Amino acid sequence: MATDLTAPTGGSPRRGAPRLGDVLWYLLMTALSLIVLFPVWMTIVRALSSPIPYLRNGLPPYPVEVQWNVFRSAWTEGDLARAFLISTVVTLVITGAQLVTSVLAAYSFAFLRYPLKKLLFALTIATLLLPIEVTLVVNARTIRSWDWLNSIQGLSAPFLATAFGIFLIRQAFLGIPGDLRDAAMIEGYSHWRFMWRVAVPVCRAPVAGFALIALLSAWGQYTWPRLAVTVSDWEPLQTRLASLAVQNIDRSNIGFAGALIAAVPIVVLLIVFQRQLIRGLTAGAVKG
Amino acid sequence: MSMGVPRVEGRAAGAAAKGPRVREALLGYAYLVPAFVVFGIFFFYPLGRLVQLSLFDTRGVFANQRQEFVGFSQWWDVLGGEEFRSSLWITFQYVLFTVPAGIVLGIVLATLAHRKMKGIKFFQTVFSSTVATSVAVASVIFFALINPEVGYFRNISWLSWLNTENPDTALLAVSVSSVWQNLGLTFIIVLAALQSIPDDLTEAATLDGFGPVRRFFRVTLPLLGPTLMFVVVVLVIFAFQAFAQIDILTKGGPQGRTETLVYRIFTIQFDDVNTAAVMSLGLFALTFVITLFQYGMLERRVTYGD
Repeated sequence: MATDLTAPTGGSPRRGAPRLGDVLWYLLMTALSLIVLFPVWMTIVRALSSPIPYLRNGLPPYPVEVQWNVFRSAWTEGDLARAFLISTVVTLVITGAQLVTSVLAAYSFAFLRYPLKKLLFALTIATLLLPIEVTLVVNARTIRSWDWLNSIQGLSAPFLATAFGIFLIRQAFLGIPGDLRDAAMIEGYSHWRFMWRVAVPVCRAPVAGFALIALLSAWGQYTWPRLAVTVSDWEPLQTRLASLAVQNIDRSNIGFAGALIAAVPIVVLLIVFQRQLIRGLTAGAVKG
Repeated sequence: MSMGVPRVEGRAAGAAAKGPRVREALLGYAYLVPAFVVFGIFFFYPLGRLVQLSLFDTRGVFANQRQEFVGFSQWWDVLGGEEFRSSLWITFQYVLFTVPAGIVLGIVLATLAHRKMKGIKFFQTVFSSTVATSVAVASVIFFALINPEVGYFRNISWLSWLNTENPDTALLAVSVSSVWQNLGLTFIIVLAALQSIPDDLTEAATLDGFGPVRRFFRVTLPLLGPTLMFVVVVLVIFAFQAFAQIDILTKGGPQGRTETLVYRIFTIQFDDVNTAAVMSLGLFALTFVITLFQYGMLERRVTYGD
């Protein structure tokens, strides 16, 4: 009956009584959605509940003795504000540096001619085969020897350049029509000016896609901060919320609130830059 | 296209004809400097240093103070040792538990959500939502579910996989958190690929009398090939790098049954940097071979597709 009312106005492909297949589809999709969202619901429950009463009540799937001010106290007591700030600064430093180093190197590989270019490009691509986990042990010693433990520069340094960005942006640069370059040459553009005034703006879609991926991965880092930081004052958000949630049971609600807080900036990015992000995520899938 | 070239060359021809070319080369190198400083310090130097650490015994009080060349003996000790082999096996198991399940679930959800129905945007948003979580956030979320003392599943016997009585299911329990976390990414990528398949192709298959199942396996799935290869590469690399999950959920336990290679390297590096170096190089060799293999396959598939 309800579908009789909605079908004509909704512009649904089919009219009339709902088909059994469609009903089953809705049931299935709803069930799957509930399964996917259940872990998030339980995190909200744990964030809002007072930790000890919640445990005493035998871990129910609903909040116990709700504390609405948990997000505010997470911000102050849990020092999540400081961790959030550290994460924000490190993420912006890494993303900004990766953009600059990638654009420069990509431009060099795409437009300039010089000996040994092939070899240097191969070396660049070779770093893709070297995950940070392999170099962890030595990099931690390097940072320590520079006295960069517990610092913004220590958290950022190994990530200031990435072959992934160089590769993606080079691919985009190679697609720039020759006419455009020649026109710029006639206008007397220097390489520097052509790079920033023409090449990057023309390739803004792939560059933005890469920037978003860089933001996401810098924000989500966990392994390197576990080594580069030894005091809780310098913990970025990801390691801070984990230690809060796991280590101290009567303050664990703050950690769970932190997990929700850490997801917020990404959700905002996702909503605002949905299209660019999908392009960035699928860039490697279509053209390797 | 050649309009600009004569002017540049013409200006140079008078003086040293090599001038602009040298300048271009210098500029080319200069633009590479920032990236290569980072690569040099944090990629190439560590690789060399790891080789050195693996060939020398530096287990002195201070690094570089006591160094004894021991050749490959540490290699044989580590690679033949129980510790390395068990964490290698656990890492492989982690790949087996997370990658196929992640791919299949991604395909199923994306196929289900690739329909023009009312409310489809809502379901698509829900399925892609886990892309907003980092590994640490997803692990903390699953800590609330699977922790044997304070996790919700503690009360549900068929879901309490993480416990000391039965360590066999511990890794599986951790894997679920990774599958869940990667679901959003896989879903988005597969759905985008599905949407890029032209409707006429599937319609033509329907006209040819293909049922939905046959249409999926004979038309859709082959067209998804390159995309799925890419997703496999990404998921395998994620699985090899698994660390936060272990660090937050199990600390390697129970009975060392969730000690992946990266977690093992992380824990022993302070006590025994030489063993950690050999294990790091082992991890490198492994990821190297797998990535090359996968990109090789990917390349072939992609050129096929074009």
